[in-house]
Amino acid sequence: MLCASRSFCCLGTRTYQLRTDLLSRSIKLSASDTMAFRHKNTRRIEGLDNNVWVEFTKVAADPSIVNLGQGLPDISPPSYVKEELANVAAVDRLNQYTRGFGHPSLVKALSQVYERVCGRKIDPLTDILVTVGGYGSLFSTIQALIEEGDEVIIIEPFYDCYEPMVKMAGAKPVFIPLRNKNDGNCASSADWVLDPGELAKKFNSKTKAIILNTPHNPIGKVFTREELQVIADLCIKHDTLCISDEVYEWLVYKGKKHIKIATLPGMWERTITIGSAGKTYSVTGWKLGWSIGPQNLIKHLQVVHQNTLYTCPTPLQEALARAFWIDYKRMDDPDCYFYSLSRELESKRDRMAQLLREVGLKPVIPDGGYFMIADVSTLNVDLSDVDGNQPYDYKFVKWMIKSKKLSAIPLSAFCGPETKGQFEKYIRFCFIKEDSTLDAAEVILKNWTKQTD
Amino acid sequence: MSRPVQARRLEGVDKNIWVEFVKLAATYSTVNLGQGFPDFPPPDFLKEAFTRALSGEKHMLHQYTRAFGHPPLVKILAQLFGKLLGRELDPMTNVMVTVGAYQALFCCFQAFVDEGDEVIIIEPFFDCYEPMVKMAGGTPVFIPLRPVFSREELELIADLCVKHDALCISDEVYEWLVYDGKEHVRIASLRGMWDRTVSIGSAGKTFSVTGWKVGWTVGPNRLLQHLRTMHQNSVYHCATAAQEVVAQGFQREFERYGKPDSYFVQLPKEMQQKRDQLVQSLVAVGMKPIIPEGTYFLVADISEFKSDVPDVPNSDEPYDSRFAKWMVKNKGLAAIPLSAFYCGPHKNNYNSFIRFCFAKEEATLKAADDILQKWKLEKTTP
Repeated sequence: MLCASRSFCCLGTRTYQLRTDLLSRSIKLSASDTMAFRHKNTRRIEGLDNNVWVEFTKVAADPSIVNLGQGLPDISPPSYVKEELANVAAVDRLNQYTRGFGHPSLVKALSQVYERVCGRKIDPLTDILVTVGGYGSLFSTIQALIEEGDEVIIIEPFYDCYEPMVKMAGAKPVFIPLRNKNDGNCASSADWVLDPGELAKKFNSKTKAIILNTPHNPIGKVFTREELQVIADLCIKHDTLCISDEVYEWLVYKGKKHIKIATLPGMWERTITIGSAGKTYSVTGWKLGWSIGPQNLIKHLQVVHQNTLYTCPTPLQEALARAFWIDYKRMDDPDCYFYSLSRELESKRDRMAQLLREVGLKPVIPDGGYFMIADVSTLNVDLSDVDGNQPYDYKFVKWMIKSKKLSAIPLSAFCGPETKGQFEKYIRFCFIKEDSTLDAAEVILKNWTKQTD
Repeated sequence: MSRPVQARRLEGVDKNIWVEFVKLAATYSTVNLGQGFPDFPPPDFLKEAFTRALSGEKHMLHQYTRAFGHPPLVKILAQLFGKLLGRELDPMTNVMVTVGAYQALFCCFQAFVDEGDEVIIIEPFFDCYEPMVKMAGGTPVFIPLRPVFSREELELIADLCVKHDALCISDEVYEWLVYDGKEHVRIASLRGMWDRTVSIGSAGKTFSVTGWKVGWTVGPNRLLQHLRTMHQNSVYHCATAAQEVVAQGFQREFERYGKPDSYFVQLPKEMQQKRDQLVQSLVAVGMKPIIPEGTYFLVADISEFKSDVPDVPNSDEPYDSRFAKWMVKNKGLAAIPLSAFYCGPHKNNYNSFIRFCFAKEEATLKAADDILQKWKLEKTTP
C-alpha cells in the first residue's frame, strides 16, 4: 500500500511525504542498469506513420504549383458564415468551455436540420455528438465500437484514414472494390458498382461494421436506393453496424439524390451517420463534424469523446449553429447554401472534365462530391526518370508536379494492397477551386503536349 | 448482438465527474466556483487579434492548415519554449499542436502506453489521467502528492526516471500561474530529462480562452514522431483560426517577456489577489483552505460544515461528493469534491475537502462571500 493516509494541515503547512513514498516505491521496481532508451511506439500505431497527405501537401505548399490535390476549397465560405464567427468573437463567455458532447445551440440546430432530412425525431442531447471534423467522428465511432477480433468491410477506393483507424482499433479491414462496369469514353461515377455476390461473401459472423461513404471520395459516386438496400439487407442479416460517412451529403449534382442509409427500414438502430461543417460550409479549417445515431450507440461515442478531447471549440460551434439556423429557415428555398453550393460546383465540375478531356484524359464524371478521377495511363508519359519503387500513379503525380506544376493525388493511396494494380492508373483532382485556380490549370493542360524541360 | 456492442477499451472509463457536476452547476448554481474556467474576458490584445484575423480577406484562415500545427504558431512556440528550456527547438519536429492539452494527453498515452505498462499518477490528479491510461490498456499506479514542485522534488523524480528509463508526461498547463515569487521549474530542463519528457501546454489556461481548445506538446523528435502518428490517425488537423490568433498572442508575449505589461506577469498578479480574497472568505466562515502556490484552484477542508450534510453509512458515494451536491442545490454555490481527483480505492482518504476555482471576476467572488457569510450566520444563530 503506497499511499499513507494523512490529514492536511490548514493554511499552507506542507506535507513531505514525497521522498518517502517515491523511494519506497522505487525499491520495489527492478533497477535497470542499461541507459539505452527502450521506448518505442505502442503496438496500436505500429506501421501507421505513413500518410499520403504528409507526402503530398508539403509538395503542394509551393505557391508556384497549381494545387488540385488535397480536398481544400480555395473558394470563400459564404459571407454570413464568416460574419457569424466575427460576431461570436465579440462575446466573452463564448471563449470558455461549452458542453462536452456538443454546444447546446449547435446540437439543437443539427437536430432540426436532420429531423427534416431524415423524417424522424432526433434528440439533440442523446443522438448527436459534435467532433473535431468528420475525421474525429470516424475516430470516435471506430474507437467506441470496433475492437480486436472484429472485421470491418471497407469499400475501395476509400478515404485513406479508414484503414489505419480500423487497424489502430485492433480490427481487420476487409476490402471490396468498386468495379467499373463501363470502360468507354463517357464514364460516370454511377458506372462504378459493387458486385452484390462479392459483397455478400465478405460478410461473416466477425463482421462488426461496414464503412459506407456516399457521396463517395474519390470517385464521386452517389449510391442509389437499390444499392443501399443491398448493403442494408446484408447488415440486417448479419447484425452488422453501418458507419456512413456522408460528409459530402449536400454536394450532389443534377438528377441525383443523396439517400441516407439510416432512413432505410431496420437501419436507424445500427447506423452512425457522419457529417462535416468543413464540407457543408466550405470551412475545412473549422474542424467540426458530427455523428448522428441512436442513443445506445452514440452514448459509447460520447464516452470516447470525454476521454480523448472532451469538448470542441466554443466560438466555432456557436458560429456554426447560427449559420445552420440561417439555412434551416430556407431549406425550401433554392438559395439555401446546401443547394446553391452544389450548383456552383456543378459548373466547375463540367469545366474540369472538359479540360481533362482536351489533354486526352478520360475523366470519370462524379455525381457528387468535389473530386474527379481520371485514367492517366492513356497518356503514356515517360516516367523512367522518376524514383522507381512506387505505384504508377505516385510516379505520375510526382512527375506532373515537377514538370507541369500541377498537383493531384494518386488513387492507389485510397486502396488496399490487393487492388493497387487496379487503381494505380488513376489520379484524383479536386475542383472546389476559384476560377483563377481553374484558369491556371487550364493554361497548364492546354500546353500539356508542348515540350517542357 | 449477443455481446456488448461497444469495445472493451471503454470498460470502466464511462463515468465522468464533469458530466454530472457541470449539469448540476448549470441547473442550480448562482455562483459557480466548480469547473475550471475563467468567467472574466480574455485579454483585449487577444480579442482584437481574433477580430482582426476574421475581418481580413484571408479566407484561407477557414481552411485546413498544417496538420501538426499552424506554422506561425509552432514557430513562436519553438522560440518561446526554446528560450525557457535553454535549447534550440525545431518548430516542425519538436512541437505539435493539439485540440487542447486534453488531446495532447490522449496522444501521449495512446502513443506510449501499451497493455501491461504501468503509469505512475500523482494524487490528487486531473481526473482524465486515470481513464486515459486505462483506455490505453495501461495500469495506473497512484502516489499522493502536493501542488508546486520545488526543484529538489523534481530532481528526485528526474533521477528515478533516468534510473528506470521511464518517460515523463509533464502536464504544465498552469505554468504561468505561480504565486508568492515561486518558480515554475520545467522538468524537461533538468539533466537527462529532455530526451524522455513530453511537456504539455494550453492556450486555454495561458490566455484565459478555455473554449478555443488549443494545446501543444513540446519534446524530442523521437517521442513527438509517435504523437504525430497518433494525431494524424485521430483528429489530424486542429482549427486554423484559433491557432493563428494564439500565435499572435504568443508573439506579443515573447516581445514583452519579463516586462510588467506582459500578460504572463499581470495574470498571476491578479490571480494571486483573487486567491487571497477567496482564502479570506473561506477562513472567515470556518472552512480551512490550503493555500495554493500555483494554478487557479484551491482546496478547502469543510469539516466544520459537516453537520449540514449527515453522513450516510455504507454509501457508495464519497462524503465530499454528497456535500458538494447538497451545497450547490441548497446554497447555490458550486465546487468540486476532491475525491473526484483520487482513484477509486483512495476516494475516501480525503473526503472532507472540496475544490474551488478562483479564476473569477470580482463580483463572482463577492457573491460567493455573501453566500458563505449567510451560511455561517445560519449555523451560529440558534
